[in-house]
Amino acid sequence: MPAAGADLDLMFQALADPTRRAMVERLGRGPTSVSDLAQPFAMSLPAVVQHLAVLEASGLVASEKVGRVRTCRMEPAAFSLAEQWINQRRTDWERRLDRLGEHLRQHPQGEPK
Amino acid sequence: MNAQTTLERSVAHGVFTVERTYPSVTPQRVYDAFATEAGKDAWFSGPNEAWDIVERKFDFRVGGRERLVGKWKTGMVTEFDATYFDVVPGERIVYAYEMRIDGRKISVSLATFEFKAAGAGAKLIMTEQGAFLDGYDDAGSRERGSREIVDKLSAYLEG
Repeated sequence: MPAAGADLDLMFQALADPTRRAMVERLGRGPTSVSDLAQPFAMSLPAVVQHLAVLEASGLVASEKVGRVRTCRMEPAAFSLAEQWINQRRTDWERRLDRLGEHLRQHPQGEPK
Repeated sequence: MNAQTTLERSVAHGVFTVERTYPSVTPQRVYDAFATEAGKDAWFSGPNEAWDIVERKFDFRVGGRERLVGKWKTGMVTEFDATYFDVVPGERIVYAYEMRIDGRKISVSLATFEFKAAGAGAKLIMTEQGAFLDGYDDAGSRERGSREIVDKLSAYLEG
């Protein structure tokens, strides 16, 4: 079992930025060139490349240069199946405990009769 | 036996902790939301538009069992079966549980809940130690799975 906590830290850092989340969402639909990836964003290409570097460092995204075109894609190997499921279980619990928080906020004294 | 028996067997061990601080309630109040069926149903099992409860058992005591079977709108059936091993009123709950999806066992875990005072509120520390089994390796591709977890992470971060 790899150090899931450390990996998760990097992934959370990478995904803490709305631009990088938008990039991940775009790559979730399929591989694309860096210039196409950059197109919807109002920022310079170097700035986009910098965001991409953070995503690559987190292991979420991989890129490959073929000729003059650099293509990026999601890196499924960043998550073993087991890690995906463990992370999903964690997310399930986070959601449940948030629902619990909402329930406690509405019924601080006890369960409704 | 069916085609699932040809799956490659694997097991991965994982540990994670989730902490939450709930302001303005006592640790006992948080504990009660685990210790009573009405309390737990309010947050653990739904009501949820995405699924229907097929079966429910709740026997909260050391040695007691809890069972929750749900059928999702997608047709998927999930089963949760737990046995309580440690119950310290207002302070701690430990149960072991297994999860099944469409009959396939995907994990066997130990879940520990600690209820502590935190200022005027309560702090909940949940730790799961699990053996995550081959059974989860369904028809889904690794890529789809990655996308799902990324979606969840994104939703969580935006949440």
